[in-house]
Amino acid sequence: MRVGIAGVGWFGFQPEVVDYSFREMMFKAAQRAYEDAGGLDPRRDVDAFISCQEDFWEGISIADEFAPDPVGGAMKAVYTVTGDGLQCVGQAYMMIKSGLFDVVVVESHGKPSDVVTLNEVMFTATDPVSLRPLGLENVHALAALEARAYMARYGVEEEHLEAVVEKAHKAGVKNPRAAYASPGRSRASTPTVVDPLKEADIAKFVDAAAVVVLASDRVVRDFTDAPVWVDGVWWSTEISTLEYHDWAFPHHAREAADGAYIQAKIADPAKEVGFAEVDNRYSFKELQHIEALRLAPRGQAKELLADGAFCPGGRLPVNLSGGALAEGVPFEVHGLARLSYAVAVMRGDFKAEVDRRDVAVVHSWRGVPTTTSVVAVLRL
Amino acid sequence: MTSRNINFKHRVAVVSAGMTLFRSKMLETPQELAWLAARQALDEAGLTLKDIDCVVIGSAPDAFDGVHMKGEYLAEGAGGIHKPTIRVYVGGATGVFVPIAAWWHVASGLCKKVLVVAEEKMSHAAKPHPQYVFRYIWDPIVEKPLNPNLIWIFAMEMHRYMYKCGVKKEDIALVSVKNKRNACGHPSAQLCMPNITVDDVLKSEVLVWPVQLLDISPTSDGAVALVLASEEEARRITDTPVWIKGVGWTLDTTHWTNRDLAYPEYVRRAAEMAYRMAGIDNPRKQIDVAEPYDPFDYKELHHMEGLGLARKCEAPVLTREGVTQRDGDLPINPSGGLLGVGNPIAAAGLMKVAEIFWQVRGEAGARQVKKPVYTGLAQAWGDLMQAGTVIVMGI
Repeated sequence: MRVGIAGVGWFGFQPEVVDYSFREMMFKAAQRAYEDAGGLDPRRDVDAFISCQEDFWEGISIADEFAPDPVGGAMKAVYTVTGDGLQCVGQAYMMIKSGLFDVVVVESHGKPSDVVTLNEVMFTATDPVSLRPLGLENVHALAALEARAYMARYGVEEEHLEAVVEKAHKAGVKNPRAAYASPGRSRASTPTVVDPLKEADIAKFVDAAAVVVLASDRVVRDFTDAPVWVDGVWWSTEISTLEYHDWAFPHHAREAADGAYIQAKIADPAKEVGFAEVDNRYSFKELQHIEALRLAPRGQAKELLADGAFCPGGRLPVNLSGGALAEGVPFEVHGLARLSYAVAVMRGDFKAEVDRRDVAVVHSWRGVPTTTSVVAVLRL
Repeated sequence: MTSRNINFKHRVAVVSAGMTLFRSKMLETPQELAWLAARQALDEAGLTLKDIDCVVIGSAPDAFDGVHMKGEYLAEGAGGIHKPTIRVYVGGATGVFVPIAAWWHVASGLCKKVLVVAEEKMSHAAKPHPQYVFRYIWDPIVEKPLNPNLIWIFAMEMHRYMYKCGVKKEDIALVSVKNKRNACGHPSAQLCMPNITVDDVLKSEVLVWPVQLLDISPTSDGAVALVLASEEEARRITDTPVWIKGVGWTLDTTHWTNRDLAYPEYVRRAAEMAYRMAGIDNPRKQIDVAEPYDPFDYKELHHMEGLGLARKCEAPVLTREGVTQRDGDLPINPSGGLLGVGNPIAAAGLMKVAEIFWQVRGEAGARQVKKPVYTGLAQAWGDLMQAGTVIVMGI
């Protein structure tokens, strides 16, 4: 059984959504997704709903309580996954493949502008016994350690990070929701946050909500004439103890990608994939993830990127949207942001310089201090 | 549209279960608790972590363990290293939801053996009491400024149920007495009280009238784990797999103030979903043993009615007549439930599923019910009196 995307909707992608509560943002995104799915009625047509969110991001304990109403799910099968939106897509994919569900709605929302103590919140995700007592004043330091390890092992220089940043902002200009795209900005002129990461290397946060409607091949054409198929989705957690994870290479992304490629029967992703949307919430992460997704051999993403292979119009465009560097990180919505952009490009809703729109790979990572990645393969 | 609900390609079985002690202020870290339970379940199935394809974790508010992204943190303790690991969440109803999510991991054909782990460490959560965590579960605009307490709203629900059904406190206290006595047969139990009487419950400290201290389950730390497997794998692992026959869950609106507090409609709908899948049309006759969620004694009665195991307002009568005792016609919470075994939120729900697994296999020892068990049911409840999760298992 195949699983298709019947509709996508998003709202926000503004640094600060002041006039809508998180529930209203969910509602708006859901409304747009249902409209996109041919005017689907959530009360009648949907079998189950999944919300991807984390309590501490919400500032509400058991934030799951607020999931049903805005998406039309009250008194229906609704649950929460505390993970990236793409993990919810993975759950929906499994649910539909089980045969018990035909239409599953995936929702995620994030309102970082509401969080006053972001660094502290992120830091409480570290191990309370081994790492938290160190009292890191800037949680990006963990990413900086990874950046140093990666750069040292694979000979990546700051100029390569510069190229990633430049590409992201240039591409982001064509993305209608890339609030942070600023192509004229030079990375070198931004202040160092945690060496080697400069301000321009670190994606900012953004408020957003996104909703995706998934349906089995049996019913998907009731909602859309042109479904985008999810042919594989997999995720992996490397380890919880940060001290023991590989600082130089994201094995979680590699494992997630391999799982998704097996399902989608992709043997040589660098040849078979038309374009990719990967996590670049830190500039060096884009290079890492390109390699982890087998779109470039290990350590060679930097040169291929410098040669333009991953630029819009290149051999295998990566982050036509500009990625998180241009759009921002909307907490757990990030995976759905990558997915919805890829879907829009595949359907031709967004104009993009890409030769092959038929196969896309989408990736999200949950950010420091996690070692979890999700990868989905989409086909037209 | 309703889904097809028939002829699944892959049957899913529970093949082993493990659990830690349920206690207040356990010294183990949350990761260690998770691993203790996971290791037991793996050992019982004769498996190692290498054999496990996927891991599904359940745990209620992050604030209890005091860790943001608790699923990421628990992954290692739950054996979710270099594996697809996910944490699902429906508040207090999570415990029964974890095997439901694990069910589709296997039923989809994408995982063959899944480790299911639920963990909770409540007792270190907040000072002076873990209840404090519940101050932040309310609507931030409409309700939080009133600083409500969770026991208040359950007191309202209990009151409403007593009024609507004409139930006396004495009838409700019978549930607490039964479960705390039943718990004496459970090696992990926190509150075994072999000599407890209705009078003890009625004389215990009043918290929020009509809720008294012995009407409520305790705060606990603990973890429970199961191994789920596809039919092919299950047959290799054990001669007596327990099949998951039906799964269902429902989440009602956030606005609990608009709900009928006397009857849990959301549990009825969750049960309907599970019964439809399991082909059950007369639960009172077809369910041999049930573990409905009992964080408060009145909730056992409430949920029996929602599950269709008793007619509306009939559960107190069945309880008074002894039908729900271990040797009764419809044994309810033979484990001792949350009132007796303890209530580490998500782990407590999964404990109920483990109990049904042991009851169906005839391995419940002193807790084994008298009648033969072919089909059992576990149910949990959570969020703002809002979530119902139901699983039906059998041979």
